[in-house]
Amino acid sequence: MTLLQKTEEREIVPNGKIDTYPVIRIKPSPRWVSLQLNVLWEYRELLYFLVWRDIKVRYKQTILGATWAIIQPFLTMVVFSLFFGRLAGIPSDGIPYPIFSYAALVPWTFFSNGLQNSSQSLVLGANLIKKIYFPRLLMPTAAVVGGIVDFGLSFAVLLLMMVYFGIVPTVNAIWLPVFLLLALITSLGVGLWLSAMNVQFRDVRYIVPFLTQFWMFATPIAYPSSLIENPLLRAIYGINPMTGVVEGFRWALLGTDNPPGATIVVSFVVAVILLFTGAFYFRRTEKSFADVV
Amino acid sequence: MSDIAVRAEGLSKSYQIGVTQERYRNFRDAIVESVTGPFRRVGRLLRGDSYGAAEAHELFWALRDISFEIKHGEVVGIIGRNGAGKSTLLKILSRITEPTSGYADIYGRVGALLEVGTGFHPELTGRENIYLNGTILGMRQSEIKRKFDEIVAFAEVEKFIDTPVKHYSSGMGLRLGFAVAAHLEPEILVVDEVLAVGDSAFQKKCIGKMGEVAREGRTVLFVSHNMAAVENLCTRAIMLQGGTVRTTGSTSEVIKFYSNSMENIAQTELRERKDRKGNGSLRFTNLVIRNSDGAITDSIPCGDNFDIEINYESQTSDRLKQVSVSATIANTLGENLTCLWDEMSNPGELVDLPPNGMLVCHVDSIQLIPSTYYITLNLRNGGLLADKIDSAAQLTVLDGDFFGSGKLPPSHLGSFLHPHRWSVSETVEGV
Repeated sequence: MTLLQKTEEREIVPNGKIDTYPVIRIKPSPRWVSLQLNVLWEYRELLYFLVWRDIKVRYKQTILGATWAIIQPFLTMVVFSLFFGRLAGIPSDGIPYPIFSYAALVPWTFFSNGLQNSSQSLVLGANLIKKIYFPRLLMPTAAVVGGIVDFGLSFAVLLLMMVYFGIVPTVNAIWLPVFLLLALITSLGVGLWLSAMNVQFRDVRYIVPFLTQFWMFATPIAYPSSLIENPLLRAIYGINPMTGVVEGFRWALLGTDNPPGATIVVSFVVAVILLFTGAFYFRRTEKSFADVV
Repeated sequence: MSDIAVRAEGLSKSYQIGVTQERYRNFRDAIVESVTGPFRRVGRLLRGDSYGAAEAHELFWALRDISFEIKHGEVVGIIGRNGAGKSTLLKILSRITEPTSGYADIYGRVGALLEVGTGFHPELTGRENIYLNGTILGMRQSEIKRKFDEIVAFAEVEKFIDTPVKHYSSGMGLRLGFAVAAHLEPEILVVDEVLAVGDSAFQKKCIGKMGEVAREGRTVLFVSHNMAAVENLCTRAIMLQGGTVRTTGSTSEVIKFYSNSMENIAQTELRERKDRKGNGSLRFTNLVIRNSDGAITDSIPCGDNFDIEINYESQTSDRLKQVSVSATIANTLGENLTCLWDEMSNPGELVDLPPNGMLVCHVDSIQLIPSTYYITLNLRNGGLLADKIDSAAQLTVLDGDFFGSGKLPPSHLGSFLHPHRWSVSETVEGV
């Protein structure tokens, strides 16, 4: 049974480049682990490909394709306009209710989809986790970042609606990327917590729909935060980082006359705390992912 | 020192396995547990402890205090029976999972090949999957671009490179997956059983490629059940047993040792065997093989009938409602060849059994070629594994008059004999 010749003479030292070998020590990780941001940078190409795969595959074999990215927030806007705008007569800071709610639904959809996808990312990618090493942080990150394309599509519709309603964006619109970043940080922060928990406790799958639903109503999407008049209370409202995002979007695009200064600061602080605690929790539990998932 | 590629020192890995049976002594305990359990689990969750929702009680050491050194350019085979810890060792060395204690130093880039086509997405085309899979395996984009044509040619999928992989035949998918992996250029390559997939032509090609890699002077760690492949590829071998290094040395020595150890273990009395699995509600106590004349033996001529008689004991004196028994026959390399299993041959008949008794399996005309085999016993009681003993007995198949012709084919032409008959008829042209 000789499938090939036995290999006899072989150079023991390949290329003589011994000194250039990277040395890795594999050992149990300590209780407090570093975030390994440098490793993330090393693996940026993989992050790019994971995002690219997510986007490429998302609307395969659907009839409506990427239109789904628009339908989701748009139909919600229609429902909100009917029930909250028309029937309940909820105020909208002097802006037509449809665009008032849609301007909030665009970043909200980005956030909630990112949250859902990232919380499922590790479990759905179990096969990858069990078979190959790479920084696991890439998976939930790719799931959130992949939502940018959907965001872009629904944002384009927002611009069309602004033309329709004759609303000219203010110069504050240059701040939009900051608010988008805030939504991304929040989504990723919560996504890291939930994805790591989901590996061990599949309860997360049942929690996420509730969580996003409650969170949606805790965010001034269907109603303006100007309902809260006390400025201190409004700043506290910013503890929900999505308040900062939504208020920011409306302020930057539609020119609602209340710059969300204090709220935004509170929102950013909370979002960054979420991101860092989430990342540490993730890194701490990461070592057992391949064994448990 | 500097020519060391991998050095492992006291590597150990334990898993906590959930014990689900006999945990609740009574109904009240079960109720209390169901109320307090969630709180305890949430507490564990928030502390970031591992091991999930399972109630962990028992430690299982998959690896225990493994130490070895591998030099650059060595091709090392890792062998051992199922559950010896081979895969766990590879997973640690490829950083998929962490050791519980000990460490391993790795000098050089590691390419791990634990599966062919990891991360392939069926909706993406062959071209797209090459890039995706290559990146996942740790190749740079520029590197993939450079080797792209070579990969496609190796996989022989030129015509379908822009077709979604879901339309590929399984063979094409495997070829493409291996082609990408084969073009990795790490200093240290870690390979698990991937060669056990695909048709024999493909396997040959894979082994050929592995040999090429080895000749280029790279370090290869190779886990396989295929002793022929290990023997051909590897200069050195490490044998694992029960999570520890049993022996290391030249490949031929280690393989010999491995075959002998299989023999020794099968000669221990079943009652004395400690290496058993299962909850122990039933135990195998004895096994004998009787030939067609009713005499106890351990060797049967091929083509003959024989009986396997297995005694068992129960912990209680209750009659057994539902029992399932199997005897798996494996060759000396640990490859399972066939399984004699009541649920397949006569399901639903082993009901209402005495607490202590003898199960008999009658085998008609054994079709295995003359060689040495090992029988693994497996006993289930009420759906749960009660007892399992690997290599419980040795069975030697002797030369016999299988075909009634007094002749047998040479052993390299197959593992099985099959009753058959050739005949000829004339073909008339134009019909």
